[in-house]
This record gives sequence, C-alpha cells and structure tokens, in this order.
Amino acid sequence: MSGRNFWIGAVAVLVLGVGLPLAPVINEYFFYAGYMVLTFVVLATAWNILGGYAGYVNFGPPAFFGVGAYAAVLLFKWVQAPLAAQIAGGAAIAGLLGFGVGLLTLRLRGIFFAIATVAVVFIMETLMINWRYVGGATGLQLLRPPVELFDSYTRMLFAVMALMSVAAVSIARYIQVSWIGRGLRALRDSEEAAESSGVPTLKLKLFACTVSGALMGAAGAPMPMYLSFIEPASTFNLSYTIGALGSAIIGGMSHWLGPIVGAILLGTLQQVVTVTISSEMNVLVVGVLLVLFVVAAPEGIVGLFKRIFKK
Amino acid sequence: MLGCFYAAVSIGLSVSFGLLDVPHVAHPAIMVLGSYCTWMLSVRGWDPIVAGVVLMPLFFVLGVLIYRFYYEVFEKRGSDAGVRGLAFFFGLAFIIEVGLILVFGVDQRSVEAAYIGKSFSVGDFRIPMRMVVAFGVALLLTFSLSIYLSKTFTGRAIKAVAQDEPALRLMGANPVRIKQWAFGIATAVSALAGAMLIIVSPVEPAIDRLYIGRTFCVVVLAGLGSMTGTLAAGLILGVAESIVLMQLGASWAPAVAFSLLLIVLGIRPQGLFGR
Repeated sequence: MSGRNFWIGAVAVLVLGVGLPLAPVINEYFFYAGYMVLTFVVLATAWNILGGYAGYVNFGPPAFFGVGAYAAVLLFKWVQAPLAAQIAGGAAIAGLLGFGVGLLTLRLRGIFFAIATVAVVFIMETLMINWRYVGGATGLQLLRPPVELFDSYTRMLFAVMALMSVAAVSIARYIQVSWIGRGLRALRDSEEAAESSGVPTLKLKLFACTVSGALMGAAGAPMPMYLSFIEPASTFNLSYTIGALGSAIIGGMSHWLGPIVGAILLGTLQQVVTVTISSEMNVLVVGVLLVLFVVAAPEGIVGLFKRIFKK
Repeated sequence: MLGCFYAAVSIGLSVSFGLLDVPHVAHPAIMVLGSYCTWMLSVRGWDPIVAGVVLMPLFFVLGVLIYRFYYEVFEKRGSDAGVRGLAFFFGLAFIIEVGLILVFGVDQRSVEAAYIGKSFSVGDFRIPMRMVVAFGVALLLTFSLSIYLSKTFTGRAIKAVAQDEPALRLMGANPVRIKQWAFGIATAVSALAGAMLIIVSPVEPAIDRLYIGRTFCVVVLAGLGSMTGTLAAGLILGVAESIVLMQLGASWAPAVAFSLLLIVLGIRPQGLFGR
C-alpha cells in the first residue's frame, strides 16, 4: 500500500472511529466489545514492532499494559488527572520500563529474552499486590468523571481507543518502511551480520523495546476507567500475552497489516465466544488457533493472501 | 527440602531445554497435567507416588510424540524456528491449562495418603512428612538421572547430541532419535514431578505460570544441562524463597524466583555451573 492510500485509509478509520460513538443509534454493547478489540489492535501492533520485525519474542505485554493502567490510576487518584494525561503518563512509564527491560536483557536472545519478560510480568504484579495506595491485592474502585459530547463514557473510550489504534499503526508502519525497520529485520536474520555491516543493533533494540512498551502502556492506561475498577491478578494476566502474540502471528508478522487483521479477527471471536460459551473457552480458542497457524500457516493470514495473489 | 523439590520439578526441563535446546515453555503445564492425572488415580485409591511412577511410561510416549511433532514442523524447516517454536509451546501450555480448567474446574485439588497429614519433630523443628517423601523422591530422581546420563550408552549419547549434533551424525548415529528419547525421558520425569507437586501442596490449573519462573530460574541458575547444578540451584532458590517468606510475608514470595532469574540472566547468563 502506498503512502497516500495509507493516510486516506487512516483518516477514514479515524472519522468512523470517532463518528460512530457520536451517533446515538448503535447499541451500547457494540462499543463495549469494540473497545476490547481495538485494545488488542494496539497491543498486537506494539508486540509486532519487537516480535515481528526484530524477532524478539516478548511474553511481557501484561507487564507494560498493567504498568500503564496503574500509572493512570495513580495519576487519577493523586491529582484527578484527565484521561489524556493518564494515557500520556501510562505510555511514558511503560516506555521507561521497556527501556529498562531492553537495557537489562540486551545480551539475551530467543527463549532467554522471552523468559525474562515473563519474569517482569510477575515482578510487577507482586509489586502492585503489595502497594496499598493503589489498592493492593483487593483492587480499587474508580469513579468515572462525567463526559461531554459523547452519550456515555464507554463511547468516548471507544473513540479514544480508535485514535490510539490509528496512531499505533502509523508508528508501526513508519518503522516498517523506514531504515529502522530495515535495521530491525537485518538483526532478526543475523545479529552478528547486521552489527558488522554497521547497523546499530544495540540502539535499534532499545528503541524497539521502548516504543513497543510505550504503546502497550498507552493501551493499558484507559483500562481502569473502562472497568471502573483495577486489580492486579486480572491486569497482569498472561492472557494478554496470548492475545497480543496470537493476533500478530495469526495475522502475519512481517507486515503492519497482519496484527490488525489478526486482532480484529481474534478479538471479535473472543468477544463472541465469551458471551456465547465461556471465558475459559475463549482462551482455549486462541491457544488452538495460535498452534494451528504456527504449524500450518507460519506467514499468517497476510502471508496466505500474498501467496494467493501471486498465483 | 523445598529446594530439593524445586530441583526435582526442574530436572525434566534441564534435560529438554538445557541439553536439547528446545524452548519448552510448556514444561510446567505438562507437570500440572501430571498432577491432575495423579489426582485422578488417587481418588481411586492409588498411592500418589505409585500413580506418578505408573504415569511415567504414558508421559514418555507423550513426550516422544511432542518432540516428533516439534521436529517435523520446526526443526526440520530450520530458519526462524525461534519465534514460532516459542509461540507453539506457549500455545500448548495455554491449551493444557484451559483444558484442565474445563475438565476439573478452577478449584484446588489435593491427594490423600497415609503419610500426608503427619509430621515429626527434630529438636525445635517440625517437619511435615509430605516434604520428607517429596525430598526423598526428588533426591532419588536427580541422582538416578545424572548417573543415567553419565554412565549409560544412551545417556552419553544424549550429552553428545547437546555438544555437537553434526559430529554425532557423522559418527553414524541418528540425533533425532536420541533427542526424541531424551525428550521422552524429560516428560516422563515431569509426570513424577507432578505427582510430588500435588503431594507437597494443593494444585490448581493456573499454577503452571508460577512454575515457569521457578523451573527456568533453577535451570538457568544451574547452567544449562548440569544435573548436580540443578540440585544446587534448587537449594538456592528454596532457601531464598523461605527467607523472603519469613522476612516479608507470603505475598512477596512469587517474585523471588522471577527476580533471581532476572538477576542471573542479567549478570551471568551461563549460570553458576555452566558448560
């Protein structure tokens, strides 16, 4: 897709994302479910910057997501900060965490990096469980402030999340087509070769970790307001990992479109299964789909389409 | 004693990940599966340890199948097996976990046996009998496995695969078959580890997430594939966890394994007793 078409598409999505919640007709539940789908779009896109382009498997999306959410809660409780400030704060803190994780795990590759990110999730969860100010293990109730312009808070959150999705995808796309993406791909294929031909692998990895972390944090920041509640066990749940990683892999990791396709498909499926069957079943569905795609269609849906169009 | 138990639950991973380089994130999930199978047999009046031993051949076959599948799909294709292999095992872990939730529910399960409720005291310490049993089995398991790996022909072959696969191929041996065998053993061992897990404490399906940290912490701390190192690392983790438990309280305990893991990975990735 050329640059111009992309921006036309982005603006169209944006108009739709903000316009729909303003229209009073559509069922409220649509926005409630749609918000989660959009959250997964952001998470999967963020995951793909590090996982898809650079080949570093990050099992830690819940850590960044959760830190973003808790940063938002902290700002809200402390100074009654507005949503935009909460999101900025969440993104900043999670980006910082991403930078830190990147710094600590620079020498690690493959499974060691993956396991280290799992460790970060559990350490963050334990910290929040033991921090009384933000609710500890029992959690914290939050009162939503009143909204203007939109009919309900959920509708506004949907619009905000649509905005963030477009922003996240634009960033991912920029990274993919710029020299940064080329560098990341080079270090995915061979870190030694990339380094010796002058690619600043260290800086690129740190950059990818930070951006990916910040986007996940931004995705997490409105979550407490969405639920009007926060609690460590569900915020730092590893099912966010399987959602983000599953979306990116099922959609296709090599292209920015992949995570979007995957997240919309998986997110919608998850919402449907959760409502019609049970929430355990939805994790099972994602797990089975993930294994199926990894085994049978490693290039994901986008890869499948590419193959069909080439013929 | 907790340390020996941690060593025992990690030793299967030490073989499959440490020696074979398989990114086996599903190891704790398979162990929990072992716990539930043990539970199913024990409600029919079996002793948990006997049940664990009986399950071993079954899990051996399961392990062989998993490895065979993994090999056909990922290792044979070669390139980029890293990301997808990891995703595969991660997905597998989730499927096992949710499968267990769907079949057994989220409640905790525990087993009954003559020696479980009892405890005896040595001086000021009260030692629960269940820990002693788990300790004994763990010690036995670790030593028999390390003797197996260093003394028998197949055991040495497994170590050889870990060191230099192409060389082994040149010598006329089939590395895939040996790895398959080793992965089978690793899975069989995790069945027994699962039995011990449910003896030591009640088990719930999502407990495998905690054990990802504990087992990988022990294996990495030990240095990949070192059996005696595994025992030592298990002890270190056990002691560290007990100290935190007493000083700071139970809510901090889960972070111990993960923090230790991060520290080891950050400072000395080859572990204490690395090759």
